[in-house]
Amino acid sequence: MNDKNKPQTIAQKILAYHCGKDYTSEGEIVNADVDIVLGNDITLPIAIEEFDKIGAGRVFDEEKVVVVPDHFAPNKDIKSAQQCKLLREFARKQDIKNYFEVGKMGIEHALLPELGLVLPGNLVVGADSHTCTYGALGAASTGVGSTDVAVAMATGKLWFMVPKTIKFIYSGSLKKWITGKDLILYTIGLIGVDGALYKSMEFSGPVVSKLSMDSRFTISNMAIEAGGKFGIFEVDGITEEFLKSRSDGSYKIFKSDPDVDYEKTYNIDCSDIELQVAAPHLPSNARNAKDLTGISIDQVVIGSCTNGRVEDLRIAAEILNGREVDRNLRTIIIPATQNIYLEALKKGYIEIFINSGCAVSTPTCGPCLGGHMGVLAEGERAVSTTNRNFVGRMGHPKSEVYLSGPSVAAASAVAGRIATPEEVI
Amino acid sequence: MIIIRERAIKYGNNVDTDVIIPARYLNTTEDRELASHCFEGLDKDFKEKVKERKIIVAGHNFGCGSSREHAPLSIKASGIKAVIAVSFARIFFRNAINIGLPVIASSQASSFIQDGDELEIDLSSGKIKDITKDKIFDVKPLPEFIQGIIRSGGYINFTKENIKR
Repeated sequence: MNDKNKPQTIAQKILAYHCGKDYTSEGEIVNADVDIVLGNDITLPIAIEEFDKIGAGRVFDEEKVVVVPDHFAPNKDIKSAQQCKLLREFARKQDIKNYFEVGKMGIEHALLPELGLVLPGNLVVGADSHTCTYGALGAASTGVGSTDVAVAMATGKLWFMVPKTIKFIYSGSLKKWITGKDLILYTIGLIGVDGALYKSMEFSGPVVSKLSMDSRFTISNMAIEAGGKFGIFEVDGITEEFLKSRSDGSYKIFKSDPDVDYEKTYNIDCSDIELQVAAPHLPSNARNAKDLTGISIDQVVIGSCTNGRVEDLRIAAEILNGREVDRNLRTIIIPATQNIYLEALKKGYIEIFINSGCAVSTPTCGPCLGGHMGVLAEGERAVSTTNRNFVGRMGHPKSEVYLSGPSVAAASAVAGRIATPEEVI
Repeated sequence: MIIIRERAIKYGNNVDTDVIIPARYLNTTEDRELASHCFEGLDKDFKEKVKERKIIVAGHNFGCGSSREHAPLSIKASGIKAVIAVSFARIFFRNAINIGLPVIASSQASSFIQDGDELEIDLSSGKIKDITKDKIFDVKPLPEFIQGIIRSGGYINFTKENIKR
């Protein structure tokens, strides 16, 4: 068979397209053109130093480099302020079109799709591990380090090993309150934190085809928590609807060939999947939330690139409406972008949150990585809609994080302990 | 020929980037400062151990989690000469290669070597020798492209050389 007639996955096709080929084989190393190069206030300071060493002078394309100070911004201390200043000066010097200052800034992986900066078929790299989020749009998108980003900013190219693909087929029907977060925590629990190491994860099946974009972003976002390189959804009507107001439609859609040879296929019946919570200290420690309901907590965080979107805030508001959060804990809600914040405001969610005793913050990654806006003290425990529960992730090395979706987080805020929505409504 | 002869510090599976260098220290790019907090979340004795032992040997999925290049940078700046593991998380692996920290995936060697063993690594031939236990492990060579990055001393030098050409 001619190479170009061999069946290929979405990942193979997108990588082939970006290095001017018809076909790439799994395991092959290619030097490919990237569509977007992304960095933030933690990873870009190193990338800028390395970029200067290359001596290229200018970035390869000032419209394709995206700079988002979101991790320790608004500046949490003087050192963070220096790092953000470095980004600001670099963006000005290089005429970076997509630099987002505090006030316009949102959490990068919510912001880029919202603005239509990533489109189906794109090849995207970002110096942030959750760059895999854009797989929800049918893009091949992955996290890299600062040096990789420096090279990509200078040359517009980066090397990739073409990954093998694991297919996940979700069927059955979803129980009430189940969202993308429960599906991905369940999946990581099934395959482990390195269950998709170096692999592309392809999410499909009848359940997925009805899933909202917000839930799809959550699933792709956490592909990295299983070690995945990409976490890809095929473009469908729901994707196209999302993109209608964000693009002129001139993007290229890639689909895996039907007879493609997957590394592995998982058939997951969702009908029995309960609300999930990942216990410390690995995202793969997924349990049924109802089995952990006795555990007391000190803080709830609803936000992040994983679950800071409108669907998440809607679910939290539904549970918090007319209720008060437990007086012994802090509840911090962080809409992921200014637009999400505004929409939540218009829909009355923000008023519900404030009336129920929650703190509502401007967009920032903040507490997810123990940066600011909700760092945990020794011995404290949080339920959080974020993506990692490693030792010391949200603060003190002897603090603990339980990962959940928005409904369990909101219910736990009301109960003062891990709780399911049924217990508080 | 690059030979590294050092003793091993052994860790387990899934050593994540948050325990290698907690995010609260990511407001700097200063090597020495990063090194002073390296493995703070995992092993409070690391700073003492690394004075006499300079090879890390670990289990599955070493370096999982964030893309922070500060993780391999802090390890390298601590004086560690190489990391041997059953497997590496993808981004950590790239980052280590890119900054010139030798990383070697060997499930046999990683499982066999014990804390404190004296090791000799021949980076060019890909052999790991456990001197304490007198056992040699052959390691599968990296793809030629990646070896090129290593030969150049990291991805920045490699890129500069290729731009010139």
